[in-house]
Amino acid sequence: MVQTSPAGVRSDAPTPENNPPEAAPATFSIKSVSKVFATKTQRTEALQDINLDISEGETVSLIGRSGCGKSTLLRIMAGLLPPTEGNVYVSGKPLWKGHAVESGVLEQLGVVFQEPHLFPWFDITDNIALPLKLRGVGKAERRRRATELADLVGLGDFLKSYPRELSGGMRQRVAIARALSRDPELLLMDEPFGALDALTREKMNLELQRITLATEATVVFVTHDISEAVFIGDRVVQLTPRPGRIQSIVEVGLDRPRPLDVQATEAFGSTVRDLRHALESEES
Amino acid sequence: MSSSRLGRLLPWVGAPLLIVVLCTIWEVSVRAFDVSTLILPPPSLIAERLGELVQDPEVWSHAWITASEIIMGFLLAVVLGVLVGVVLGKVAWLEMTVRPIIVLLQVVPKVAFVPLFVIWFGFGMSSKVIIAAMLAFFPIMLNVLLGVKSIDPGHRDVMTALNAGKMQRFTNLDFRSVMPYLLAGMETGIVFAVIGAIVGEYLGGNEGLGYMVVRTLNQLDAPGLFGVVVLLAVLGLVLYGAVFILKRFLIPWHESVYAQQGNVA
Repeated sequence: MVQTSPAGVRSDAPTPENNPPEAAPATFSIKSVSKVFATKTQRTEALQDINLDISEGETVSLIGRSGCGKSTLLRIMAGLLPPTEGNVYVSGKPLWKGHAVESGVLEQLGVVFQEPHLFPWFDITDNIALPLKLRGVGKAERRRRATELADLVGLGDFLKSYPRELSGGMRQRVAIARALSRDPELLLMDEPFGALDALTREKMNLELQRITLATEATVVFVTHDISEAVFIGDRVVQLTPRPGRIQSIVEVGLDRPRPLDVQATEAFGSTVRDLRHALESEES
Repeated sequence: MSSSRLGRLLPWVGAPLLIVVLCTIWEVSVRAFDVSTLILPPPSLIAERLGELVQDPEVWSHAWITASEIIMGFLLAVVLGVLVGVVLGKVAWLEMTVRPIIVLLQVVPKVAFVPLFVIWFGFGMSSKVIIAAMLAFFPIMLNVLLGVKSIDPGHRDVMTALNAGKMQRFTNLDFRSVMPYLLAGMETGIVFAVIGAIVGEYLGGNEGLGYMVVRTLNQLDAPGLFGVVVLLAVLGLVLYGAVFILKRFLIPWHESVYAQQGNVA
């Protein structure tokens, strides 16, 4: 049920040659992505030859210690940072065109950041519906959709509130609702619950599972917490730092919806254990 | 609950009460020690003189001139302050080049230039408008500059990820983000504009409330002098109040406004 590939070998990462983007069945694929940050004195290879296919409706957790390039990879996928080499494909279409973003492809993505980054001058309705406003959707339709999404994330009573009046967890749920408002084909989340306390975080993990099941969204979830990665993901992709590479990909063979108690099962425990060993083995 | 209501009433009840008490002490001590009205007139005499001033149409025309100078100078400062602040905030190399000059101009007491402006722009209203604008310009420009540079990179990322166009970015992010800074600059700026216009009137010309201060002084009319000062205070208060109301109206979401409305952050 649980397969761990040996360190340094990518078990199910295809090479560009045998899997051209046009024929890819995956909703989302990362092809030979590298990223080099160069200053006058230093040249840092943040990511080296990353290949990953994510199929429709799948949730992939991306873990690694801090500085392993997982946030960099997510920013490349989100259209915020151009890759040095390689490209990212959404349903076969390339996201990057050199240093420019293909806006039609970008429209299919939803991003949730580490911080909610809500706009303090908009109430919750307008924050959730901002992506629709930018698309030119009318006011009535925006309000309808915002109400629907606020209900989905459990904030139906707070439509008229301002971000400052909400708690950290509530704000992050608004950020999720905002990311979902354009019906993204792919939801990218960069340690979205990192700033929350442990209990709120568990609740948010459950909430996220419910939302992704309800919306059938494809999700890439970045975290540095192993059990969170296992709880959230259908697969857990582990990155190693300097240069950032995929070290192993682990299938999580647990049925959905997963209750919080799943964390006490043997299958969950052994997956977490395998990942922990793999992370620790990096140090050698 | 009751303590917070008391807190909200205190400025409206306590402050006027305190003023009445202070004026009473003033009135009583001036009479008790028989102080010359030329040095310190009692409040009753000032009130009487103020009553005469308010009924005098000439005073109103002077007040109107001063008010127009302040408002024109202030609006000029807002327009120029926003323009220069935005440009310097967006163009880093230009800001670095101009920065030492800005610091220099900040340190120089700008009021020292007033006689020069009177020479250049004459004794009429234009020299006062320009002096008011010059004093109000700096706080507005510096706040706008700070505001442009303080736009949250996280918010920018959100807009980039949402594929926002330039105009959409401006209306939904930049403009709204800079607004609290602009209004903070305007709050300081309006006070400076009042000072600028009045100092200008002291030094040159024969119209405006500042000129009336000088005239009452020359006539050794101390109650009149106090009366004009009261009128100036009222004018300043009205203009400051206008900016304050504008702020409540434009940025109700901002901490500075939100807290004042008795909300707990």
